[in-house]
Amino acid sequence: MGLGKTKPLHLVMPVWNRGTRGIRGLSRAVALEGSQKKGRSLLQFLADRFYDVQALREYLLQKQVLKVHQKNRPFTYIKERFGPHAAGAYFILKQGGAVKFQGKEWIRSDAHGHFSLDFLKFQAVPVEAVNASGCAINYQGLDSLLALKELRSLWLQRCPHVDDWCLGRLHPLANSLQELSLAGCPRISERGLASLHHLQNLRRLDISDLHAVSNPGLTRILVEEMLPSCQVLGADWAQGLPSGPDEQSQDKASPIPA
Amino acid sequence: MLRRALQLGLGRGLLGRRLGTHRGGSTLDQNGKMSEIKKKIQSVLPGGAWNPPYDTSYLPPEHSDVVIVGGGVIGLSVAYWLKRLEKPRGAIRVLVVERDHTYSQASTALSVGGIRQQFSVPENIQLSLFSVEFLRNINEYLAVVDDPPLDIQFNPSGYLLLASEKGAAVMESNVKVQRQEGAKVCLMSPEQLRNKFPWINTEGVALASYGMEYEGWFDPWCLLQGLRRKVQSMGVLFCHGEVTRFVSSSSHTETTSGEEVTLKRIHEVHVKIDRSLEYQPVECALVINAAGAWSGQIAELAGVGKGPPGTLQGTKLPVERRKRYVYLWHCPQGPGLETPFVVDASGAYFRREGLGNNYLGGCSPTEEEEPDPGNLEVDHDFFQDKVWPPLAQRVPAFETLKVRSAWAGYYDYNTFDQNGVVGPHPLVVNMYFATGFSGHGLQQAPAVGRAVAEMVLDGHFQTINLNPFHFSRFYLGEKVQEHNII
Repeated sequence: MGLGKTKPLHLVMPVWNRGTRGIRGLSRAVALEGSQKKGRSLLQFLADRFYDVQALREYLLQKQVLKVHQKNRPFTYIKERFGPHAAGAYFILKQGGAVKFQGKEWIRSDAHGHFSLDFLKFQAVPVEAVNASGCAINYQGLDSLLALKELRSLWLQRCPHVDDWCLGRLHPLANSLQELSLAGCPRISERGLASLHHLQNLRRLDISDLHAVSNPGLTRILVEEMLPSCQVLGADWAQGLPSGPDEQSQDKASPIPA
Repeated sequence: MLRRALQLGLGRGLLGRRLGTHRGGSTLDQNGKMSEIKKKIQSVLPGGAWNPPYDTSYLPPEHSDVVIVGGGVIGLSVAYWLKRLEKPRGAIRVLVVERDHTYSQASTALSVGGIRQQFSVPENIQLSLFSVEFLRNINEYLAVVDDPPLDIQFNPSGYLLLASEKGAAVMESNVKVQRQEGAKVCLMSPEQLRNKFPWINTEGVALASYGMEYEGWFDPWCLLQGLRRKVQSMGVLFCHGEVTRFVSSSSHTETTSGEEVTLKRIHEVHVKIDRSLEYQPVECALVINAAGAWSGQIAELAGVGKGPPGTLQGTKLPVERRKRYVYLWHCPQGPGLETPFVVDASGAYFRREGLGNNYLGGCSPTEEEEPDPGNLEVDHDFFQDKVWPPLAQRVPAFETLKVRSAWAGYYDYNTFDQNGVVGPHPLVVNMYFATGFSGHGLQQAPAVGRAVAEMVLDGHFQTINLNPFHFSRFYLGEKVQEHNII
């Protein structure tokens, strides 16, 4: 079998109470692959035997998580002093996205992450469009976006931490949001898309490249039924169907795997 | 034993002889030594008195600080929080005893998996809010290095509770309480309901409460396995066995008013190994009763309720097994992707399952119609008579449907007030309860686990105050009645 460490006497899959290695070995065999395996198994080998190494690995994991939390902290001072729109814009620019105020041009941070703070002078000008593609925005970070009551278009393409929970949170923007793009977000599935029905003013929705969606074609049909006045892009219905007679005959001819 | 005594006798004899003799007694010495060596070898080989190769790894340890009876989601949650909140790391040895490792009858595995904040008791709302936060960040709480992240398949679709004229006032006051605690619930009139969900027939509905956030349903098996994996990595021991006996000692004291009180303390838990007559006495400091539908039996074993009725000694744990049915049906013209977990005023409920127009649903029977909880057989007539008519009246599309499958599961039903029992027993001083949740245990499990761990480690609740859920309310008669039981 594919388990890294084998005990020759135990031919049966280890029972629950035979120590911690058994259950972890099961899932590890599935997850790892390729060149990462050697380095990882050495570290895992050490972590299994020394409490210090295990604690160090857990600490490093926690640090990664904390990094994302730090990026999504709320900017309460800016919110109190300059208003929710400026705070939201500052948040997005800090993450590396782009913001468009009503009647102004797109503001974006440059390669080094610097951006001009002129927008703080716009007193009550609302934010109209936000492009947060690729940003590490998560559930906490959405607080800043939800305060933008006149947001018309929101682009969350390829955001790695936007998941179904975040979509369930978008309903305060229902009055103004007209365009939403979720293309390429790895954590969004059809369950999160089901909570988009609150956004009755939505006119364009992009759901292409969502790998966690189990059945893209069917999902698109159901989303179109759910939001009748919205144009849904991506997730073509043909994607879910087998692609023609050649592939079908190929499937029949392939031998049953051993 | 005899062999060893002989050896000792021989040894002393040899020594005695050596002191008194010169080289003259050498032949006798050789014979004595050889037989001694032979005897030693015989005892080491299998079949001898001392058998080290005998495998005892399936037995629980002989000593454990905390023994958790029941390895479902509540028991594992208590184990997780005990290990997480203990100081210093590794201080407490925790043993989880689970009778059935396939979880074939466990309420967790057979649950519909919903989580809501629409309760009437503030503590229930707080428990549920904390659990939602736990589930949302489950990959931070239950992360195991090098293992894949968990996907509990949460559907953030919310709950929709419908009320008739009679229940509208109660619903309004409930929603007020829920909003105060931080739940995001909105009230809808029948017309708003028709606009939002055109497939509902609002005849007879006076008011509806709809949870906008933090409500939905998820996969309970995934949560269970995630907890199990994390808890094993934290060093909790598991035992595949059944608790058959508690060995306890009693002490008599007097209360301030002069009444005599008998306090009991559990010293040992006898764990009988599955499919065997063998048992292991586990010496323990605390026992946590998280046995779900079987908590009443465990409590009886510990002596809870053995006394004249009407006294604290005679107050039994009022948790019993109740069978509930869940049906899965297919309805091609049924409600779409936006369907929340709908609970009708009559008590019948349903929710969407997957993308193929399948729905899960059921109804809690009235007291007179309670089915026999002896087995988990499904009564399909119950669907025809009690579940289908109210649902078909509420959602006209359900008039044509086909039942695909059904199953039954147990509620650990608290016959007193349908709310959980959390905290120590006043007389059996080292038994803690975490049971009796009557159908909403899964959604409160992470928070209840934390509360019990705080009670065990600090002696009082810190994050959520669950003092109203103490056992003594059964004796004092103070009901914490939960109105929104599904």
